[in-house]
Amino acid sequence: MNLTLKIWRQKGPKDKGKMVDYQVTEISENMSFLEMMDVLNEQLINKGEEPVAFDHDCREGICGMCSMYINGEAHGPDRGVTTCQLHMRMFKDGDTITIEPFRAKAFPVIKDLVVDRSSFERIQQAGGFISVNTSGNTQDANAIPIDKHAADMAMDSATCIGCGACVASCKNSSAMLFVGAKVSQYALLPQGQVEAVDRVKNMVAQMDLEGFGNCTNTGACEVECPKGISLENIARLNREYFKASVKG
Amino acid sequence: MSVLDSKVPKGPLKDKWTTYKDKINLVNPANKRSIDVIVVGTGLAGGSAAATLAELGYKVKAFCYQDSPRRAHSIAAQGGINAAKNYQGDGDSTYRLFYDTVKGGDYRSREANVYRLAEVSANIIDQCVAQGVPFARDYGGLLDNRSFGGVLVSRTFYAKGQTGQQLLLGAYSAMNRQIARGKIEMYNRHEMLDVVKVDGKARGIIARNLVTGEIERHSAHAVVIASGGYGNVYFLSTNAMGSNATAAWKIHKKGAFFANPCYTQIHPTCIPRSGDYQSKLTLMSESLRNDGRIWVPKNMEDVMAIREGKKLPTDLSEDERDYYLERRYPAFGNLVPRDVASRAAKERCDAGYGVNATGEAVYLDFKSAIERYGLEQAKIHGVLNPSKEKITQLGEAVVEEKYGNLFQMYEKIVDQDPYKTPMMIYPATHYTMGGVWVDYNLMTTVEGLYCIGEANFSDHGANRLGASALMQGLADGYFVLPYTIGDYLSHEIRTGKIPTNTPEFDAAEKEVTDKINFFINNKGTHSVDYYHKKLGKIMWDKCGMSRNAADLKQAIVEIKAIREEFYKEVKVPGSANEMNPELEKAGRVADFLELGELFAKDALMREESCGGHFREESTELDGEQKGEAKRNDAEYAFVAAWEYKGEPSDAVLHKEELEFNDIELKQRSYK
Repeated sequence: MNLTLKIWRQKGPKDKGKMVDYQVTEISENMSFLEMMDVLNEQLINKGEEPVAFDHDCREGICGMCSMYINGEAHGPDRGVTTCQLHMRMFKDGDTITIEPFRAKAFPVIKDLVVDRSSFERIQQAGGFISVNTSGNTQDANAIPIDKHAADMAMDSATCIGCGACVASCKNSSAMLFVGAKVSQYALLPQGQVEAVDRVKNMVAQMDLEGFGNCTNTGACEVECPKGISLENIARLNREYFKASVKG
Repeated sequence: MSVLDSKVPKGPLKDKWTTYKDKINLVNPANKRSIDVIVVGTGLAGGSAAATLAELGYKVKAFCYQDSPRRAHSIAAQGGINAAKNYQGDGDSTYRLFYDTVKGGDYRSREANVYRLAEVSANIIDQCVAQGVPFARDYGGLLDNRSFGGVLVSRTFYAKGQTGQQLLLGAYSAMNRQIARGKIEMYNRHEMLDVVKVDGKARGIIARNLVTGEIERHSAHAVVIASGGYGNVYFLSTNAMGSNATAAWKIHKKGAFFANPCYTQIHPTCIPRSGDYQSKLTLMSESLRNDGRIWVPKNMEDVMAIREGKKLPTDLSEDERDYYLERRYPAFGNLVPRDVASRAAKERCDAGYGVNATGEAVYLDFKSAIERYGLEQAKIHGVLNPSKEKITQLGEAVVEEKYGNLFQMYEKIVDQDPYKTPMMIYPATHYTMGGVWVDYNLMTTVEGLYCIGEANFSDHGANRLGASALMQGLADGYFVLPYTIGDYLSHEIRTGKIPTNTPEFDAAEKEVTDKINFFINNKGTHSVDYYHKKLGKIMWDKCGMSRNAADLKQAIVEIKAIREEFYKEVKVPGSANEMNPELEKAGRVADFLELGELFAKDALMREESCGGHFREESTELDGEQKGEAKRNDAEYAFVAAWEYKGEPSDAVLHKEELEFNDIELKQRSYK
């Protein structure tokens, strides 16, 4: 396949960015999108130009590092995948593909397609944990039986990879799906109950502080989420937040 | 004369760790506040270590090259984590986990370390459940288990096919709690580029801020390396793209011995490569072998017909298929250990029976599992005389529940539906059992410098059993290092803050900046990847699943030549004072180009087949084990620890003789 790529180039956080056109040739449909980017970068290096900086790591769809916005969609046109699991068979010979960084106030651009998602870190640090000592002197793991259905639902929420696609695809740049997933995981497990009130309040407060918008139930986040995290998590987040407010 | 002291405590095996803990020196909580510890790498080992050290009261600085500790490659581990809980009542015990691990590692690991690992394994599960890790549960609400290759019990705890992810997020959440309390200072997007030694002790590191390019000095009373394995020396591997050997290699150059570099695990169930452009290989969890049956066609005509697309695998009847693992190893069948399964797949493909275009793939087939589960479900749900379609539907639902995400991943990559047609798999480089040599305290040959998790060599011998990597990472970080490092730090309470404006820091920083400036200013013609791929090809062809002396000698010559060319001809665009991924790669590949040569040298020295290291000259010639790997305990029951002396070819070998007092060294048989 031969393709035209329109890619956002931005030297640094303070520089002005612009879209630049590139041509790539001999792209196999079995390549992943990131392998196609590797081909482009190899070409650029050989021509003495600077390669396009982009975040990526595991290339197995699980680390959540890759963050491209492709043809107006987070992680591109395929459903339920990260960019590294998007394959070129989703495109046609001669296509023009637009590639941009995730855009949100809380995700400033570092360089080209690389954005700073440390706001997610600070939200987690505000309460995305259970305060248990790591000494290993905990009770036996089977001491508290957990309903299988609840455990499975907690697992579904815990599957979030923190990639930020939900924020990038939301017209309000809301982080509710991300925060909802973490709050839900702990809300569904007995171990998470003790701190439930403080957790949800602190995480939501931090989320607002970081400049993420609110949820208006558009549902784009769920559609674009590579891990199929459902809107139920946002509903549960709202419920937990309401409960916490009532409890004071 | 060996200079290696393993410091294994005296006394009976089962009491060693308890007695040791009772006797070590402790640090008063008030003193811990003025002691600094650096942790490099924040995967399962580094993340759990950083969290626990901070919990204990030490001041921790943690470093990772990713934008968040949550992205460490431990996250990609799929299948599960072992623990001798014996919840299933199937005869499991600490001793049995210890025994399986030593046997699985082909009797090349240190007994005392492995026993300790088995001993603390049960604590890990308790700890993780308390942290909210959503392990799989049965309908009674209790934890579920499954079985893995190389063992006869079900001791593997799992969270769908995302166990590594969930355990890592557990450790990450424990870290976040400490970051929020100010006990851990977290340095994301930072790479350690050298260790600093003062009076023979590790006292700090030089790190590069990967966003600004700034070179930073960080001091501490002890340094812990938890930077993972070096599988990317092959270029194509199941490692993350950024996984590198730099931290481990730099400490090797500063005096830490590097042990068993040739011990690499080739994982049997990966998605086969499909072209030259490929950037990495994707693993399919070994847990699939619980339900998948592995086969190739019996007849060459069928192989050719399948390759040409004239026949489908589903067209072949049972008796036209060669279930070669079940045929060769009836006791363990498809659940033989990884090295055995890998070699058997290669043997069939080398004999011409590979089923994809490149001839490098075998089938992993779920048809009979789907039928078996379907019938069971029909009974459970009271479906009388279920149709074939109904059975398939019910069975597929069970398989989806167990391995859904893996099947989805396969479908996305290969564009085939593994519920309908067998998966194609082939072995790929996965985990490195070799690594920095450490004693029982997990300290390297440099005082105050520790190494944990995959980055060290200690617990897996020549082959790692499935679901044991996660166990070792968390055991080291949560439960072992926090004790052993305390013993060392108890002598540091009067040291005071370590200054960074000393000649030692100056020298280390200069070395780092000189290297960076060299890369930026080198006017070469080829990209970093060009050399990495060249190295990878030599490693796979000559230092891969099977090795022989002639190839290894050749590999040493070729790697050296590539290294020389690399320094003359490599081209790194951009500048040093900005985010520059090519510059990052250049430093990492430079280290792989040295490590690769030591790898080949180590493999050449070890004239025996053991674990994942199959030496063609060392094969059983007759008897029941004919054609299997032949170990040589009389001459090679030692850990090969290499001391850096300049070029890899000058490295000096030190041997730690392995003693087995509680296990009898036997031919490994899975028949």
